[in-house]
Amino acid sequence: MTDLPKIRIRGLCKAFGANQVLRGLDLDIAAGESVVVIGGSGTGKSVLIKCLIGLMEPDAGTIELDGKLITGLPPRQREAVMGRFGLLFQNGALFDSVPVLDNVAFGLVSAKGRPMAEAKRTAMEKLAQVGLGADVAAMYPAELSGGMRKRVALARTIATEPDILLFDEPTTGLDPIMGDVIDQLILKCVRELGGTALTITHDMTSAKRIGDRIAMLYDGRIIWVGPAGTVDASGDEYVDQFVHGRVEGPIAFATRRH
Amino acid sequence: MNPIAAIGSTFLEFLAAVGRLVLFTASAVSHCVRPPFYPRILLRQIIEIGFYSLPVVGLTTLFSGMVLALQSYTGFARFSAEGAVATVVVLSITRELGPVLAGLMVAGRIGASMAAEIGTMRVTEQIDALTTLSTNPYKYLVAPRILAGVISLPFLVLVGDIVGVFGGYIVGVYKLDFNAATYLQRTIEFLEPMDVISGLVKAAVFGFLVALMGCYHGYRSGRGAQGVGAATTNAVVSASILILISNYGITTLFFSQ
Ligand SMILES: Nc1ncnc2c1ncn2[C@@H]1O[C@H](COP(=O)(O)OP(=O)(O)OP(=O)(O)O)[C@@H](O)[C@H]1O
Ligand SMILES: [Mg+2]
Repeated sequence: MTDLPKIRIRGLCKAFGANQVLRGLDLDIAAGESVVVIGGSGTGKSVLIKCLIGLMEPDAGTIELDGKLITGLPPRQREAVMGRFGLLFQNGALFDSVPVLDNVAFGLVSAKGRPMAEAKRTAMEKLAQVGLGADVAAMYPAELSGGMRKRVALARTIATEPDILLFDEPTTGLDPIMGDVIDQLILKCVRELGGTALTITHDMTSAKRIGDRIAMLYDGRIIWVGPAGTVDASGDEYVDQFVHGRVEGPIAFATRRH
Repeated sequence: MNPIAAIGSTFLEFLAAVGRLVLFTASAVSHCVRPPFYPRILLRQIIEIGFYSLPVVGLTTLFSGMVLALQSYTGFARFSAEGAVATVVVLSITRELGPVLAGLMVAGRIGASMAAEIGTMRVTEQIDALTTLSTNPYKYLVAPRILAGVISLPFLVLVGDIVGVFGGYIVGVYKLDFNAATYLQRTIEFLEPMDVISGLVKAAVFGFLVALMGCYHGYRSGRGAQGVGAATTNAVVSASILILISNYGITTLFFSQ
């Protein structure tokens, strides 16, 4: 990675009142790369993604996209940058007043200006890619199971084929087979459509499948980052403990101390 | 705690709240007049506010007109001015009761549902999702609702005026034994266009206030179901209070020569 990273994060800080969530986080993501962020619950993974896309303004630190600073931009310009990102929300955030198909077609109409009929055709294809058929397309989000909702949200995120894809726990709540299907789909978005992806997951199998590199978030910083294959033998005791899900270790110690 | 500091911080909080509301209003209004527009959402809101509020507004104004006729009759009979009943009914309904009652009923019906809907969208991150899909939530959610409020309420009030006057007529003719033709003639005789127009202007303002409060409180809704509940209550209460205050203001503007 000699050339410019697609995304460069430096010294990112974000606090909510006294709760200092991110404390100077650094991370680079190369163009066309798939990075997976792992880390304990409540360590600020979702907050990181929201700062990236621009839903939250960091307290300090910089984010560059293609070498251009995107933090601290005036709202109008920030919105334009936001259009290059696609975000799968952790809880889906589907529009519950419109049917599934309209949900998936939404971005195609609003962001890409496609005519409704064409957008709905594309939306149908995307739904098929996440394993959902025409029967589901006509339903409302409230009528779906949790896993189905997740997949609809995923279809909505990839429908507009954004430059940069942010997935917040894409396979949580899915069965192993469907999880694999979704992993393949995310890989396809990166490999075939040339996207850059940042995925948050707790599922180590999935992390190793999707990620070119894996980064571990702990205590508001990225404490380890390395090729996905090496995560099992990282030599870092925090990563080791997390990957193997052990109760004993430095992380458990930290929780007990608080 | 130091009482003066408490007063000071309350006052500052109040100023901040007013500032937030003013910013929200400015933003909302500016998005009402700039494209892109969402005509289908606007239409749906107009139907929701204008059409589905008809029964509520109709019933309220009908019975208000009826009770007004009854009350003014018993009152005026004391100095033998029963003849003024029809005039009193039509003036009270068009100038005051029509717009205020419709406004308050719609505040309860629509203000609450707007706050709940938008509040839920806020809590479940749907508003954030809108933003990430290149859709401005002010344009998509707030502007159509405010426009629909401003458009629908005058229509509702016009219907309410007619129904209310009809209520007075029913009581006047069938209970108080007025002559039907005389009653109608009395109704129209002293009615001036400005009486109706002022009522419709009020209605438009009330429609704006109801939708604005519904959207504002929903938009700023706190976390969780409790936040949405509070937003709903605040929307209804603040809209009702603003309706009564602005009602006085507009009345002063129109009728204080
Ligand atoms: N809008 C907010 N207001 C206040 N605090 C917040 C907000 N969003 C997140 N936090 C806090 O930031 C911290 C990190 O939250 P975040 O959602 O990023 O965790 P996470 O790493 O995604 O966890 P999980 O794996 O459980 O999703 C938490 O302590 C949370 O309380
Ligand atoms: Mg999270």
